[in-house]
Amino acid sequence: MSIEARFKLDYPGFSLDVDLAIPGHGVTAIFGQSGSGKTTLLRCIAGLERASGSLKIESQSWQDANYFMPVHQRPLGYVFQEASLFPHMSARRNLEYGMKRVAAADRRVAMDQAIELLGIDHLLDRLPGHLSGGERQRVAIARALLTSPRLLLMDEPLAALDLARKNEILPYLERLHDELEIPVLYVSHAPDEVARLADHIVVMDAGRAVAQGPLTETLARIDLPIKLGEDTGVVLDGRIAERDENWHLARVEFDGGSVWVRDSGHALGHHVRVRILARDVSIALEPQHDSSILNTLPAEVIEIADDAHPALALVKLRVGKSAVVARLTHRSARGLDLSPGAKVFAQIKAVALIG
Amino acid sequence: MIEAADLTAVRLTIELAGLVTILLLLIGTPIAWWLARTPSRWKGPIGAVVSLPLVLPPAVLGFYLLVLMGPNGPLGALTQSLGLGLLPFTFPGLVVASVIYSMPFVVQPLQNAFEAIGERPLEAAATLRASPLDTFFTVVIPLAKPGFLTAAILGFAHTVGEFGVVLMIGGNIPGKTQVVSMAIYNHVEAMEYGNAHLLSGILLVFSFVVLLSLYTLNRSGKQS
Repeated sequence: MSIEARFKLDYPGFSLDVDLAIPGHGVTAIFGQSGSGKTTLLRCIAGLERASGSLKIESQSWQDANYFMPVHQRPLGYVFQEASLFPHMSARRNLEYGMKRVAAADRRVAMDQAIELLGIDHLLDRLPGHLSGGERQRVAIARALLTSPRLLLMDEPLAALDLARKNEILPYLERLHDELEIPVLYVSHAPDEVARLADHIVVMDAGRAVAQGPLTETLARIDLPIKLGEDTGVVLDGRIAERDENWHLARVEFDGGSVWVRDSGHALGHHVRVRILARDVSIALEPQHDSSILNTLPAEVIEIADDAHPALALVKLRVGKSAVVARLTHRSARGLDLSPGAKVFAQIKAVALIG
Repeated sequence: MIEAADLTAVRLTIELAGLVTILLLLIGTPIAWWLARTPSRWKGPIGAVVSLPLVLPPAVLGFYLLVLMGPNGPLGALTQSLGLGLLPFTFPGLVVASVIYSMPFVVQPLQNAFEAIGERPLEAAATLRASPLDTFFTVVIPLAKPGFLTAAILGFAHTVGEFGVVLMIGGNIPGKTQVVSMAIYNHVEAMEYGNAHLLSGILLVFSFVVLLSLYTLNRSGKQS
């Protein structure tokens, strides 16, 4: 089960040229800066934009050289950046609009389920004009789900919202991920959203897909042409292995090591994801015992690459079977005589638990 | 007291304006939709043709229509070959002329309303499995409701108020083509100011009531 997309599109000053194989499960982030073509790519997949090329979803053709399936016949759900609810219909009628147009036999998401999942029970009789931005977006997501899509397309659904509204919606998106088996393509330029939600990632730059693959592997790549600056870092999937009630800390075990994080109340064995930014990782040749740093992991240097600023280097480290990226100055790298294969200690100053 | 002939003129005017408004909404909607959406290079020329009655003197328009619908005009030849006879100086002829004359007053508000809706609601509807026709009836028409009301008001009012085209095409036949504006003109010509006052007053009050009720409807429609 997978999504195969090949598109070519030429506009004045912009061209899209991609060849993608996206897994047919989980959340795939389409990540890139503004103008990198990520929204255009999503619109091509929906059929809202007519590019030449081909598109196959689970071996069903949506587009090829001789065929273009009209948007309204594609079993997809689309969430726009602005909720785009129909202003003349109540939230409930907005929800029903798409659902009524799907044959009863094809409905796999029930009204009650969508309402409960997005927590919009109390909003149903209101017109969109009387909903907050976050509430509107939740209704829009439920509306898209109720068409029982085989593929859910989300175009920066949080970008138009402030931080508080974002934090209001993110948990719902995570539930979506955990409870429904619908593959999601999630367009975003926000590394924190991607780190939190995605399983796979496609990195877009100037209309090309410059990298694609599982999130953890791809974020650990330091050879990519686009630099994330302060957001460079890795994401590790792990589970809570130990809780230290005295110090309010929890130990997260991942493939090849473990780190202590602030205890956020998750039970033992709970699956969590941690994010370690490159700027928070430093390298020492010996373990430091007289330091405030809690997490020091034995590691091996795999690769050293230039960062955006000429003073800085990115160092990819292997910790067990996982990878961590450290950012240091070239001078420090030379001072420590770092080269691939060197055995070092990664000192991790901060670890963020992200759901 | 109002004369029977004047009463007939009032009835005829309302029938004419009502019928023309209905026809204009039916014909004008697809034209306005096309003008609002098309990327075609014909958009400019077609839009200009539709808007022509806004600037053309009614006598000029009436004259051309008379020629077109006359026994030697192409339209006249067509209606004759269909066994409908000739249109000038008949009620149907008046309807055809009024539809053309009032067209821009219906098409322009509709076109503006359609353009104001923008692309997004149509895209959203398409991703919710609505076909283009389905979208038009369930999303476009409800969202363009104020535009439809404005179009209906203007189309109706403009047809009630026309004079030049009616004079050229309809003539002044009581009970057949004599509308209120013609009847008033006749009364003034005959120095019957009392009758002219009465008819003018009726037209004034009627127009005001129609406009007021539609604008009120329009406003409450926008608020909901």
